[in-house]
Amino acid sequence: MKMTGAEAVVRALELEGVDIIFGYPGGAVTHIYDALGRSSIHHVLVRNEQAAAHGASGYARATGKVGVCISTSGPGATNMITGIATAYMDSIPIVAITGQVPLSMVGRDVFQEADITGATEPFTKYSYLVRNPEDLPRIFKEAFHIASTGRPGPVLIDIPKDIAMATLDFKYPDEVNLRGYKPTYMGHPGQIKRMIKAIEESRRPLICVGGGAVSSGATEEIMELAERIKAPVASTLMGIGAFPGDHHLSLGFLGQHGVYAANRAVEEADLLILLGARMGDRATGKTEDFAQKAKVIHIDIDPAEIGKNIGVNIPIVGDIKTTLGELLKKDIERNDWGWLSRVREWKQVHEGVGDCREGLNPMEIIKTLSDMVPENTILVTDVGQHQIWAGRYYKTRRPRTFLTSGGLGTMGYGLPAALGAKLGCRDKEVVLLIGDGGLQMNLAELATLVQERAPVKIMILNNGYLGMVREIQEKIHGGRYYQTRMEGNPDFVKLADAYGIKGFRVESQEKIVWGIKKLLSWNGPIIGEFVIDPMANVIPIQGGKEDEAHIRGIG
Amino acid sequence: MKHILGVLVENHPGVLSKVSGLFSRRGFNIYSLAVGMTEDPTVSRITIVVEGDSYIVEQVIKQLNKLIDVIKVSRIEEDSLTRELALIKVKAEPATRHQIVELINIFRAQVVDINKNHLIVEITGDSEKITALVDMLKDYGIEEMVRTGAIAINRGRKMLKDDRNKGGYDNGNNVL
Repeated sequence: MKMTGAEAVVRALELEGVDIIFGYPGGAVTHIYDALGRSSIHHVLVRNEQAAAHGASGYARATGKVGVCISTSGPGATNMITGIATAYMDSIPIVAITGQVPLSMVGRDVFQEADITGATEPFTKYSYLVRNPEDLPRIFKEAFHIASTGRPGPVLIDIPKDIAMATLDFKYPDEVNLRGYKPTYMGHPGQIKRMIKAIEESRRPLICVGGGAVSSGATEEIMELAERIKAPVASTLMGIGAFPGDHHLSLGFLGQHGVYAANRAVEEADLLILLGARMGDRATGKTEDFAQKAKVIHIDIDPAEIGKNIGVNIPIVGDIKTTLGELLKKDIERNDWGWLSRVREWKQVHEGVGDCREGLNPMEIIKTLSDMVPENTILVTDVGQHQIWAGRYYKTRRPRTFLTSGGLGTMGYGLPAALGAKLGCRDKEVVLLIGDGGLQMNLAELATLVQERAPVKIMILNNGYLGMVREIQEKIHGGRYYQTRMEGNPDFVKLADAYGIKGFRVESQEKIVWGIKKLLSWNGPIIGEFVIDPMANVIPIQGGKEDEAHIRGIG
Repeated sequence: MKHILGVLVENHPGVLSKVSGLFSRRGFNIYSLAVGMTEDPTVSRITIVVEGDSYIVEQVIKQLNKLIDVIKVSRIEEDSLTRELALIKVKAEPATRHQIVELINIFRAQVVDINKNHLIVEITGDSEKITALVDMLKDYGIEEMVRTGAIAINRGRKMLKDDRNKGGYDNGNNVL
């Protein structure tokens, strides 16, 4: 069928089942926009291209489908980079489309030209500069395949304006053929046997789930494994939700900002089973001290992650769901010899955020929220202290319901990602937990919420500081708070009003429950500002070992 | 320690920058890199000499394998054939010309250009051989030199071909 390049782009998106696209128009993409306007795909007009990429990322995280975003050439494309890099670090499948100056002008530094495939090279799983209109169908087919299979990640397609205007004979391929890309899904049977033997020989097994366990959709298999071998389950920040936080075997979030029970279990375990957890620096601390008593099994679909950060005894390249499914067919059971009761004791150790005399206690707010929300609520966080508090104190019960920028740690991610999640899951409650700093980083997207009538429930934990940096300044810079006090913050309730969003403020402990009820019951976007103690810390100063680790970690 | 890797890649524009970018980004040290066509016009072959311990080389191989345009990566054995090419412009007055030519003959190199004051010498061989000639010629004055990276091929039946999927990962051998 004859059509223009622009029409081919839209047709390919439709054939890939795309129903929503986040973007911002500009000179190089007007033809694509013209074709989009005539399609059934819903376009979300963001206020900055970065938010288009975060929106697609939030959508992909919540739904498990590929998120799609689009921008024009030059500044439109460079604005998207932060969102693309955020998705890359967390292995989130998105397809980013950028306009480009006409192919004949590429390389001449013309108006709004940027080498976006070059600039995003380190942050994409793959990228294309389309040089021939006839290639468009194949490129789109490949892009969606690459983004969503193996270890997922962003793919960028850069489309010169003259390619969008040219005509081609559109034929969408049925399959892709990439000889250099064939991910391994089934773990090696010999390695699975070794894994079973190691489990049977272990006395103190510990499972650790990462983001790969979420993207693999392996929750059921992981629960069955944990229950059959009597192993407690810790989680990295990205793994939260892969194992239900309210399960009796759940230990919670591990690492430098993690909870005592999880870190203690890592110290004492004699077998550590890593499932899609790359064990980044924030999860391990000093690798020389990490899990010293344990034999390590690592299942990961990306062979390059195995053995990269910590030594592994039994490497298994494969998809977690597929590989565990195979393993669970075998006769594998283990009895517990007291390990679980020790772990249960560690779970009783009380940890807090310090005395809160100057404002509300954020731990109390988050625990209350956790108790009050419906089970399938999607909690989106931004980056900073509130993110870590959420990781520690919020009980995420289902996969894909805790969305956070774990790898890149991108402030400003929260609001557009929450929008993307809500538009992907209109039937679920979406709560955005965010600081006063992070909200202001992409504040303009409040208008996008209103425009999309997206009832995202925004919970600001306002401490008037860039809290995470302030905490570092408190602990390792002698309390010299420099450039972390957010002077000039707006009145968030009035601000909400200016956007036509319901807003309210909670300043007393008695009103926490009232505030959360109000957020959850309101039928529309709403901002609840909770004024918290500015000196509340991620880990209170108590002089313990964990504290040192924490200071090392955030420093 | 130096290791030689043979890498088969798609013959697309931009592939070389993806490969070289990976090295700088991940902090791997490249000693040399040479790229050219193969018997299959859709495939290019890159020979990379990297410096590092076995952990680094393992990481390099895994990261290269992750690139979608990379079809196959293989370590080239130590007893393989490796060759570099150098063109050396050396000062050669009538008085010294004869000595230089004699030296070149010993190395089985060739004189490919000559004028009143210079000779251009072409030499192929492994890295050590070329370095040895360069050292000898230094005494006469090297005016300009250009040298390729190493290319390498395994002896006998062992071949670097797209004979199996990158998938079907052999867990036992390829992972540290």
